Amino acid sequence: MTSTRVARRAAARETTGGMTDPQILWRCYSYLRPHWRLTLGGYVLLFVINGASLLNPQLIRGIVDRGVENKDLQYLSWMVLALVGLTVVQGVLGYFQGKWIEQASQNVAYDLRNQIYKKVSSLSFSYHDRTEAGQLLARVMHDVDRLRFLDGRASMRLIEGAVMFVSTVIVVTYMNPKLAVLALLSMPILTLQAYYYSKRMRPVWMSLRDKISTMTSWVEQNLRGARVVKGFAQESAEIRRFADQNEDWLQVSVDSARVRAINDPLVVLITNISTIFIIWYGGRLVIQGGLTLGELVAFTSYMSQLAGPVRTLGRLIPMLTEASASGQRIFEILDTESEVKESPNAVVLPAAEGRVRFQDVSFAYFGRKTVLEDVNLEVAPGDVVALLGTTGSGKSTIINLIPRFYDVTRGVVTVDGYDVRDVTLSSLRDQIGIVLQETTLFAASVRENIAFGRPEATEDEIVAAAKAAQAHDFILEMPQGYRTRVGERGSTLSGGQKQRIAIARALLKDPRILILDDAMSSVDTETEQLIQKALERLMEGRTSFVIAQRLSTVRMADQILVLDKGRIVARGTHEELLQTSGLYADIYERQLRPQEVKELMERALRSGASENMPTSVTGIKIAVAGAVAGTGA
Amino acid sequence: MSFSIGTTSVGRGPGGILHGLGDDEDKGRVWDAHVVSRMLAYVKPYRASMVTAFVLTVISAALGLAVPYLIKIAIDQHIVNRDLVGLDLIALATLVAFVGLYASSAIQQYLLSLTGQRVLGEMRSQLVGHLQDLHLGYHDTHIIGVTISRVFSDVGVINDLLSQGLITLASDVLTLIGIVVIMLLMDPRLALLTFTVVPLMVVATMIFARHAKVAFRETRATNASVVGDLAEDLAGMRVIQAFAQEGTEQEHFEEVNRANRDANVRAMTLSFIFMPTVQFLGTLATAVVLFFGGRAVASEALTLGVIVAFLSYVTRFFQPIRELSQLYTTMQQAMAGGERVLELLDTRPGVPDRSSAVEMPAIRGRVELRDVGFAYRSAEPVLRDVNLTIEPGETVALVGPTGAGKTSISNLIARFYDVTEGAVLVDGIDVRDVAQRSLRRQMGIVPQDPYLFSGTIADNIRFGEPEASDEAVREAARMANADEFIERLSDGYETQIQEGGANFSVGQRQLLCIARAVLADPRILILDEATSSVDTMTEVLIQDALDRLLAGRTAVVIAHRLSTIRNADQICVIDDGRIVEQGTHEELLARGGVYRELYERQFVSASAV
Ligand SMILES: Nc1ncnc2c1ncn2[C@@H]1O[C@H](COP(=O)(O)OP(=O)(O)OP(=O)(O)O)[C@@H](O)[C@H]1O
Ligand SMILES: Nc1ncnc2c1ncn2[C@@H]1O[C@H](COP(=O)(O)OP(=O)(O)OP(=O)(O)O)[C@@H](O)[C@H]1O
Ligand SMILES: [Mg+2]
Ligand SMILES: [Mg+2]
Repeated sequence: MTSTRVARRAAARETTGGMTDPQILWRCYSYLRPHWRLTLGGYVLLFVINGASLLNPQLIRGIVDRGVENKDLQYLSWMVLALVGLTVVQGVLGYFQGKWIEQASQNVAYDLRNQIYKKVSSLSFSYHDRTEAGQLLARVMHDVDRLRFLDGRASMRLIEGAVMFVSTVIVVTYMNPKLAVLALLSMPILTLQAYYYSKRMRPVWMSLRDKISTMTSWVEQNLRGARVVKGFAQESAEIRRFADQNEDWLQVSVDSARVRAINDPLVVLITNISTIFIIWYGGRLVIQGGLTLGELVAFTSYMSQLAGPVRTLGRLIPMLTEASASGQRIFEILDTESEVKESPNAVVLPAAEGRVRFQDVSFAYFGRKTVLEDVNLEVAPGDVVALLGTTGSGKSTIINLIPRFYDVTRGVVTVDGYDVRDVTLSSLRDQIGIVLQETTLFAASVRENIAFGRPEATEDEIVAAAKAAQAHDFILEMPQGYRTRVGERGSTLSGGQKQRIAIARALLKDPRILILDDAMSSVDTETEQLIQKALERLMEGRTSFVIAQRLSTVRMADQILVLDKGRIVARGTHEELLQTSGLYADIYERQLRPQEVKELMERALRSGASENMPTSVTGIKIAVAGAVAGTGA
Repeated sequence: MSFSIGTTSVGRGPGGILHGLGDDEDKGRVWDAHVVSRMLAYVKPYRASMVTAFVLTVISAALGLAVPYLIKIAIDQHIVNRDLVGLDLIALATLVAFVGLYASSAIQQYLLSLTGQRVLGEMRSQLVGHLQDLHLGYHDTHIIGVTISRVFSDVGVINDLLSQGLITLASDVLTLIGIVVIMLLMDPRLALLTFTVVPLMVVATMIFARHAKVAFRETRATNASVVGDLAEDLAGMRVIQAFAQEGTEQEHFEEVNRANRDANVRAMTLSFIFMPTVQFLGTLATAVVLFFGGRAVASEALTLGVIVAFLSYVTRFFQPIRELSQLYTTMQQAMAGGERVLELLDTRPGVPDRSSAVEMPAIRGRVELRDVGFAYRSAEPVLRDVNLTIEPGETVALVGPTGAGKTSISNLIARFYDVTEGAVLVDGIDVRDVAQRSLRRQMGIVPQDPYLFSGTIADNIRFGEPEASDEAVREAARMANADEFIERLSDGYETQIQEGGANFSVGQRQLLCIARAVLADPRILILDEATSSVDTMTEVLIQDALDRLLAGRTAVVIAHRLSTIRNADQICVIDDGRIVEQGTHEELLARGGVYRELYERQFVSASAV
């Protein structure tokens, strides 16, 4: 199980593949552009402070030479003060420098997260169908942080190190070009080493990050499916599965640690060896009189000054590769094109009448066979359309096309004559109230959940919607009424309660087109009938689509569509279908079992119970009549 | 959407039962000895590695110090004396020292990261393991994304401390002690004078630490809310888009995100104040040495050499302190992360196994609820005085209005929750007296929300019985009537299920869940609206198969569509947390009570045109 649950993922690596490392890095840095003031300010201060720190040793030398040695106490006091003063200035500047650079990089992280969020919320259902939430979470948690570090402190130290390095090299070259060449012999070796190291590590980092994402995704699903895990007593197995992945990760991680441990100190070794060269060769020069001893001493001390920056560079240069691996993972998301795109000249859909038309519509989900074929449908404003059909016959698929959650493969879906692809998504969806088959509520108060589509709704409107959805009473019974918070996905409510809140949420939008996808499957019949009564009133003159398995739900419809394997196989009103559709009649019979009713009626009549319940018995009579008519056809 | 996490409430509306941090009252300790000792316990098994790494650190430090000395010898003795052979030898010795330095630092680094990664992996495993022990109610009050951030983010910051920080800490402290001793030996008066800045240092550190504690905790908490918010919105993305609320939700996310950014900047700003302060105090110490030492030299109480040496020691004295102050950031972060990790680890399972719990013997199938009362939250009873006996092999149907407590009853039978009053007995054994996993291993549950995991269809059907053969998987699918649509797929049983089942219709998901339960070969089967989204014709087929399967097994079936429960041996009508009617279909119809009304309503409304 682990292997397969884990195996998929690489498919996501499709978009940014073409970018090279420098391109990715360039892009990573480009996020600093909006914060260039902070960045520039930070780096200017960085140079100022580093320049000032060159003064410190001079001051101290002055103090020792003149103040202490020459016993110039006046001078001593002043210079000591100056030293303290200089540190204060440095400290203050250092504060701003650190803060600005930190702010800039935190802003980069902030912007990136916002952009990812925005992107993800603009991507169509199709993307979310195949992307694991955990994968996205991991990128926002870890990869963004890498980029932040790269754009902030890492680059700061990198530049600091590079400046130190270059300035030392310049001084050294100025002092003795021949020795300098010797000292800098290590440079090409270092460059080569960095190059091969990065090349070697890049896939390792990529795989490490992928493994973390996989684990994140796995944990997310494990928590979401906690009821199933527990229900099947699979806790130990799950722990084992996680341990396997963890072990997997550990393996790669330890590998990378080994390569790193071998490589990171190598940089220092290479520079150090060049120091030996200098002593050895420079020593000979001195002995042969080609160099003064003082020069050699100065030279070595400069070389030892290089050690710090070289170590920094050695540590940080590989980080560029690591960050670019993270960058790639982020850009993959940012560069994904939505399959449902608003056309550039999309118009705002005017207040809809609610006329919905499907013209020769065919549809296939991403990478799957066609699920809808040649669907034609004409719904007049104010009509109630019911969809009925076997599991997987395409009912939800049909209604998903109206708010343009997916785009048709062939044909056209129009609302009031407008092709849904020609209007703005928000103007289209604003006029549609939908209850999806899977009820999703948010971890917020009941009130917030109902007002989700219209946060500005008044208390009265919210209560009215809740009443229509038959949710008002149970909400009031809860400890804090409308202010009661529900668990994530509504986990603290019963199935039917969730559905009713979702219905209230859709009704509150006062939609021109209402879509109920199996919205009352967990609601008992009595409540359902009350809701339907309310709907009849509320949806007067508006168009509604209803998907249901219970005939009691669909019988009122103006038009009932019977679907089978992606095609509409029968349509008409309840009576018409009883006559024309064998399937419909079958369903009808199965759900109602008239023979039982007949017996029941007879028994009821015999026992005289009819006196208490005259209406029911009449109901049964009518029913039997209907049923007989139905089966007789 | 939004929710509140401890102090950083980013949601709208009143904070309620949801919390990411559990109880977040300030524990107010700067150096949380408890947290630290618990963290150290993780390193303990790697004592040997850590000690070796430490020794290597000392060796590399020594080698690092030896090199300048070697160079000094090369210059003073060989170059000055024109000793070419000596120069060669020294160069060789230096080379050896460098290679030694390289080896020791490479090994040290390797050992440290190895330990760090192992500890990290272990913590993660332990957290995930612990999460499996928590009862379902935990997820009613905790956001999944927040939990995830603990398992990954918080554990990560702890690793930073363990793998890098500890060694730095140890070697820095050692260096400090060494320098203090040397300074005291050289000139106690001047040394003590220099140390006068130390109390200032302590005060500064204490002030910083106090603020840092709060600030870094804030960074962890806001980080969790970013992850939590995102996780929830991703789960609800379809609804967000359907209601065209992307804009509002984006604003919310940005708000949470901003809180996290600001918390980070605040925390880091603190260190940007602290570090220059340390630097300043270092200079102050230098100034003290120069000022007083200078005067002492002037009055010939001290030699110049001492001052020069002192100056270099003071610089070295503050070097580790500076490093420590940087380490402090890591430490604070780890401390805040550690607290959150430990809190999760310390959360007691809400439905614990008793220490005396035994394995549930093979179940015959008698289920009894005896005077059961139950509440998810105290003082809000959901079930009252429920008495119900199901004989082995019987099928009992639970019907009733929504919110009546049907799912709750099934939750109690599977012991997802513990009863508040009374007892649930299986084969006469109180379910609280047995190990819960051994109980559930013999049950099959089809939950009201059909949840599937990423993986193949076959994997999912096999979930409760990972060793089952392909044939068994196919047989189970056939029973659930899922084989037909599976075989139409181009990859058949190997088709990948995506994101909780998103690429299948809800009815199909229900069929797969039924197949999963069937394959587990349960003694007790619970079907909670298992076919609510399945069409009637398919349902009839499933039922015929189930009737065969259920022979000799106990079943609890919950349904609103009465045609679903036509074959039940016993029907219980639940209303408002009580059983109001109980009997067979015929008996109940004849009685003319609630059930009859339910029945007629469904039927009458469907037929009265
Ligand atoms: N996890 C929970 N925490 C708190 N309250 C809960 C929780 N689950 C259910 N409830 C409450 O307990 C009551 C009974 O819920 P239950 O899920 O048992 O109803 P049900 O009969 O299954 O209804 P439905 O037919 O709608 O599924 C409801 O009022 C519900 O709000
Ligand atoms: N997101 C998706 N990606 C790929 N295939 C899908 C997706 N959603 C549905 N399908 C497939 O398309 C077909 C039609 O599914 P749809 O959800 O429309 O069925 P339905 O009629 O609503 O069924 P149900 O009554 O079970 O809800 C099914 O075979 C299903 O497996
Ligand atoms: Mg559907
Ligand atoms: Mg329920």
